[in-house]
Amino acid sequence: MTQTKPVGGLEGEYEHYEAIVVGCGPGGAAAAARLAAHDIETLVLERGTEAGSKNVSGGLIYAEESAPYTIEDLFPNFRAAAAERPVTDYQIHNIAGNKVKTVDLTDLHEHDTEWCDAVLRRHMDSWLESRVHELTSETGGGVLTDVRVNGLLRENGQIVGVTCDELDPITADFIVAADGVNSELARDAGLMDWAAPEEWFQGVKAVVEMDPQEINDRFGLEPDEGIAHLFSGDLFEDVRGGGFLYTNEDTLSIGTVFHLDSLVAEQAEPHELLDALLTHPLMSQWIGDDYHELEYGAKLVPDSKKVAHREPYRDRLVLVGDAGGQMQAQGPIIKGMNHAVTAGALAADAYMLTRGNADPEAPGRRYTTMLEQSGTMAKLRPRRYELTSPVGEHGLVTRVTEGVLDSPVGSLAIGNPLAKRLLPKAYNSPFLVGMLPDTQTGYTTLPAIIAEQHGRTVHWENEVEPPSLEERIGDLTYNTDVGNPHIRVLDNSEAASGAAVYACPVSAEDFGGGCYRSETVTTNGSEETLVSLDTQPCVECGTCAIVADTEWEHPRGGKGVEFRQG
Amino acid sequence: MRSIALTKGVPDFSDGAVSFDEDGHLERGKTPTVMNPNDHFALEAALQTRVRHGGHVSGMSMGPPSYSSVLEEAMEAVYSDDSYLISDRALAASDTWATAITLSAAIEKYQEEVADVDLVFAGFKTADGETGHTGPQTAWCLEWPIVTHVIALDIDPEEEQLRAKRLVEGDVDEIETVEAPLPCVVITDPEFEPTYRKAAHRLEHKRLRAETQERAVDHDDHLTTWGHADLNLDPDYIGLDGSPTIVSSVDPIPKAPSEREATMIDPTDEDGLEQVLEECQPFAAGD
Ligand SMILES: Cc1cc2nc3c(=O)[nH]c(=O)nc-3n(C[C@H](O)[C@H](O)[C@H](O)COP(=O)(O)OP(=O)(O)OC[C@H]3O[C@@H](n4cnc5c(N)ncnc54)[C@H](O)[C@@H]3O)c2cc1C
Ligand code: SF4
Repeated sequence: MTQTKPVGGLEGEYEHYEAIVVGCGPGGAAAAARLAAHDIETLVLERGTEAGSKNVSGGLIYAEESAPYTIEDLFPNFRAAAAERPVTDYQIHNIAGNKVKTVDLTDLHEHDTEWCDAVLRRHMDSWLESRVHELTSETGGGVLTDVRVNGLLRENGQIVGVTCDELDPITADFIVAADGVNSELARDAGLMDWAAPEEWFQGVKAVVEMDPQEINDRFGLEPDEGIAHLFSGDLFEDVRGGGFLYTNEDTLSIGTVFHLDSLVAEQAEPHELLDALLTHPLMSQWIGDDYHELEYGAKLVPDSKKVAHREPYRDRLVLVGDAGGQMQAQGPIIKGMNHAVTAGALAADAYMLTRGNADPEAPGRRYTTMLEQSGTMAKLRPRRYELTSPVGEHGLVTRVTEGVLDSPVGSLAIGNPLAKRLLPKAYNSPFLVGMLPDTQTGYTTLPAIIAEQHGRTVHWENEVEPPSLEERIGDLTYNTDVGNPHIRVLDNSEAASGAAVYACPVSAEDFGGGCYRSETVTTNGSEETLVSLDTQPCVECGTCAIVADTEWEHPRGGKGVEFRQG
Repeated sequence: MRSIALTKGVPDFSDGAVSFDEDGHLERGKTPTVMNPNDHFALEAALQTRVRHGGHVSGMSMGPPSYSSVLEEAMEAVYSDDSYLISDRALAASDTWATAITLSAAIEKYQEEVADVDLVFAGFKTADGETGHTGPQTAWCLEWPIVTHVIALDIDPEEEQLRAKRLVEGDVDEIETVEAPLPCVVITDPEFEPTYRKAAHRLEHKRLRAETQERAVDHDDHLTTWGHADLNLDPDYIGLDGSPTIVSSVDPIPKAPSEREATMIDPTDEDGLEQVLEECQPFAAGD
């Protein structure tokens, strides 16, 4: 962590803004837009060279009927200007080998949904950035890119501002940490730790080029329609998680989201899991013959059920979006962006309502109340999950249910015609899906049995040859901060940091060109496996901050990877 | 703060752009004109002053009418507010001395008719003449102090002082910190780096960029051209007549003969490669 430095400068004083927002993703953009609407002088600091250049989502952005704010409320014309196709059809495919059982999930998808659009983050966030800059400029502030906030400025132990790599420290009356997953500010404030893999998912994604007409033909869509396909079952071996395919204007977003602890436990290679999806026969109808991958990216995703902070503030700092763990996985539906928007806007309103209050924590407390009263916290941390998970996730229970399901009797129960009719119903119940514990049963066994019992065999040939990891890295754009690596391995023993060699999405056991490599050295006659790191190909996903023993920071402003799609 | 940034056009020496005739002489007509690369640093220094202290930056150049494109480039690149082109047939073939006299007259006219100037910025030398005379001679004509080889600059508007770091090259490179009163001529070093460590400065920088992009579209609306008559200079001091330096001829330096005897070896040819190794062997010890 960076120490706060005494400031020089002619005035010998800190620069001051009434509000500082760190990060210009959906959470930061929403907070800033709302602050500006309240005419509060707002400075937004974003480490990317343009907002979106650091961000990866699946991504479907939801506008929930029950949410106090949607992105279109805050940014009129968002859907037309910044989004891709709306999602008009939603299906899940349960897979067992070549057998596939497809269930229509449109009901679940439409539950509480005003609208839902696919987005690509570079396009979306850069559009938001220019709007936010216009709005905040009116207040005497604005958006600055290429600036990385590296810590909190404290006075007498109280948080009073931020410190940056590129700027002298700045004080503010209100600080919004909307700096996403692996928030350095949340960590510095002691509000989040990066210890337990079971609290995170890892998302990996490929953006694939396709002519719009081709998309319409292959997916049976009109130009203003889009589809979401989800995938679960045994195509990912025993790794808990699933896959997705979303249609954009002239690209497809295809990716996977897995529980990080499961990736580690299974020693799975994330890029191979993505390739397993890309090369499954089911995919051939959509991408089979000409596969052109534009970008490969990855990012950690917090699991709100476990980490959404119930009191996301300290002093005058509040956490918004992924920084506060506000990322909801509602079964197969992933809702992070919309909650970041809601939280950002609520945080701004909370500050406005308590403006002038001498207690620096007043806005944070109000924000917490508003998260509760708007029902947002209940979505992020569903009570029913808290009731079911201690039982459901207990290893013994899992083993027993798995055993029952695998037994002829168990599979028969799911396989009977009644179950077949009930299946779509069960899947489409937000209540049941929210209760589905994060075990192998929900992710792999059940979908695989469903496919086995009810599925149709697909015989298509899939000719997709996904690029190698080397090619994928080669296609990415980097502005390397030579001689200044942003991650350091503290303990390079296999036991402490070996998991990163496979869990890092740009490293692999048998690949020497990635970030993490393991090498066998012989010292005094005894062989030892050690881990080494080269941060050059890093996509800043955050995985090794959790699974390896590192000193982990983001690169300086404008340095590191630059996503063009996101 | 009001600054004038001096700039000029030079042939674009980059690969693909530059054109030489058979004798190796530069073909000016066929080679596009671009802003002198070193001037970029001068303009950056002018911009930094403007961003930090407010005010106004004018680009100024002496040369043929086509140099308006150079001033336009300057406007786009470093956000000058307006441009002044000193252009007249009578000024053609000026050497650095005649140029300095003309430029200083133009700066004086600017002071009389437009506004008082605090700083004049110039690049370290041009890519075509390589003399490095024009800036210092202009300062001499204006009777202003001059600070050269500037790599960092701080202005104290209240005290009307500048503080600069200069790169002094020698057996050991040294960085010297000097102070000078305003108005002053500042010659930037190619190592000059603007620094913006205040959010307010970066926001101002961004605002200026947006504003300039709009303005640069109609660059000629912001261009003032002054001729010989406007400056009212003695014809004996300008143009060819006012130029004591006569460039009698330009001889291209012959290129080192490249047609040495070479044996081509296919990288897949193992015997051939072995031969290369053998041939290199005697030199391996560094003899
Ligand atoms: C593969 C994948 C699929 C997903 N699918 C979906 C989906 O379909 N729907 C959905 O809603 N969500 C999805 N998510 C989750 C979603 O992306 C996040 O929940 C969402 O982006 C959170 O928004 P945010 O504003 O909190 O943070 P972010 O979008 O991460 O924005 C944080 C911003 O802060 C900047 N920043 C970070 N640190 C600093 C610093 N120190 N200084 C300055 N700036 C900094 C970053 O550059 C970034 O611009 C998915 C995620 C992944 C990885
Ligand atoms: S080095 Fe770490 S942060 Fe970078 S891509 Fe690999 S796991 Fe992610």
